[in-house]
Amino acid sequence: MSSIGTGYDLSVTTFSPDGRVFQIEYAAKAVDNSGTVVGIKCKDGIVMGVEKLIASKMMLPRSNRRIHSVHRHAGMAVAGLAADGRQIVARAKSEARSYESVYGDAVPVKELSERVASYVHLCTLYWWLRPFGCGVILGGYDKDGPQLYMIEPSGISYRYFGAAIGKGKQAAKTEIEKLKLSEMTCKEGVIEVAKIIYKLHDEAKDKAFELEMSWICEDSKREHQKVPDDLLEEAKTAAKTALEEMDAD
Amino acid sequence: MLLILWGVLIQFTIPIDNGDALKNAEADSQRTLYPYVTGTSIVAIKYKDGVLMASDMGGSYGSTLRYKNIERVKAIGKHSLLGASGEISDFQEILRYLDELVLNDNMWDDGNSLGPKEVHNYLTRVMYNRRNKFNPLWNTLVLGGVKNGEIYLGMVSMIGVSFEDNHVATGFGNHLARPILRDEWRADLSFEDGVKLLEKCMRVLLYRDRSAINKLQIAKITEEGVTVSQPYSLKTFWEFQAFHNPTAGAQGSW
Repeated sequence: MSSIGTGYDLSVTTFSPDGRVFQIEYAAKAVDNSGTVVGIKCKDGIVMGVEKLIASKMMLPRSNRRIHSVHRHAGMAVAGLAADGRQIVARAKSEARSYESVYGDAVPVKELSERVASYVHLCTLYWWLRPFGCGVILGGYDKDGPQLYMIEPSGISYRYFGAAIGKGKQAAKTEIEKLKLSEMTCKEGVIEVAKIIYKLHDEAKDKAFELEMSWICEDSKREHQKVPDDLLEEAKTAAKTALEEMDAD
Repeated sequence: MLLILWGVLIQFTIPIDNGDALKNAEADSQRTLYPYVTGTSIVAIKYKDGVLMASDMGGSYGSTLRYKNIERVKAIGKHSLLGASGEISDFQEILRYLDELVLNDNMWDDGNSLGPKEVHNYLTRVMYNRRNKFNPLWNTLVLGGVKNGEIYLGMVSMIGVSFEDNHVATGFGNHLARPILRDEWRADLSFEDGVKLLEKCMRVLLYRDRSAINKLQIAKITEEGVTVSQPYSLKTFWEFQAFHNPTAGAQGSW
């Protein structure tokens, strides 16, 4: 659905005659060009995974983090322009810190997502700013349990059971819908997310990728952290095996 | 322009500029002049496996022993213990600064974590800079910890004087506990001997420091982590002959 918005797409403060703001849609395209980011809400927590496309063989593995902790109990996975993502993460950290400073309690995930969405939206209101070229999946664990939110460059933020952004988002969403999330534990969820990401990685178009995953669950004491190395390796092996079985068919 | 944007979303506290903090009476109310609720001594020693730190649980409001359940020793990150004497509210503020410091350090998620030397240095900078503005945090802080096998124990005062030693004490502990420690401390103290030594110091303080209470906690930090004991009391002895008939030498009220 690509339409050329000639004349109406020069500024984010211009509506087209059919009521669209093209600059925001173009910003969303920047997100669609990046590696897939997947997030799911399991029975006991959140699991997030990123397909990090490796631009150069010279890059050190485990550098170039795409998943960041925003506070003890919340984390963000970024898709799209990495530098824009850094700004959003910095803002989210600042909001979480300021909430705790004022109210004495960890920021509820809903509140944090609203503040981040509001900030992203802000940058779509003025002609001297450009919209953020990145989408964010925010996962957190507060008094109301584990929650998953997705914030798009337009400033929209919804709560999800499962969400995906980036290149393979359509394929990822199809796979996520097949899962029975309400009965899955996070340990199982880690393996499923790895399988999904390996499955939708297009070997022809982008050669190598690195899998980065994080979780917030009872096993991590409700704190956002990288998935432990042994579980990550287990997930990668299971994903590769599942791929081979599929190819063998 | 960005200021307008930020102003939309963040509430700034409007700084009140009352001029020179030293001379202006209104500005006086914005800097620390006296402590109000204070904790008494902290005594800490290095021992074979790490650091032991003892404190009582009292908070005095002048000469009134008002609060009897104040924890004056807290774990900082994975590798340090912080004990404070002096103004309790300033200690709580310091804990907030350190909490933010540790959180930011953890969020890097790079396998590194703040060690006792780094925390001690940070505290020294904070205390010294506050003192230079004539608005001190009215505390004497004791920072002990273990990281990568290195045992560290140091102290910072409210004027920013900072040093490391094998045994430290604050307040009255300086005068009553340190002489004992100078005589009896050894580098290879076992945990039990270390606790006995600290209890000896704390007992002297209990007898002689009027703001000490008989409810103490001993905290231990080793490579494995931090343990803070449950509050307990020391046995004291009051059956001295001189106490049996205290007015024997002077009958009557005058």
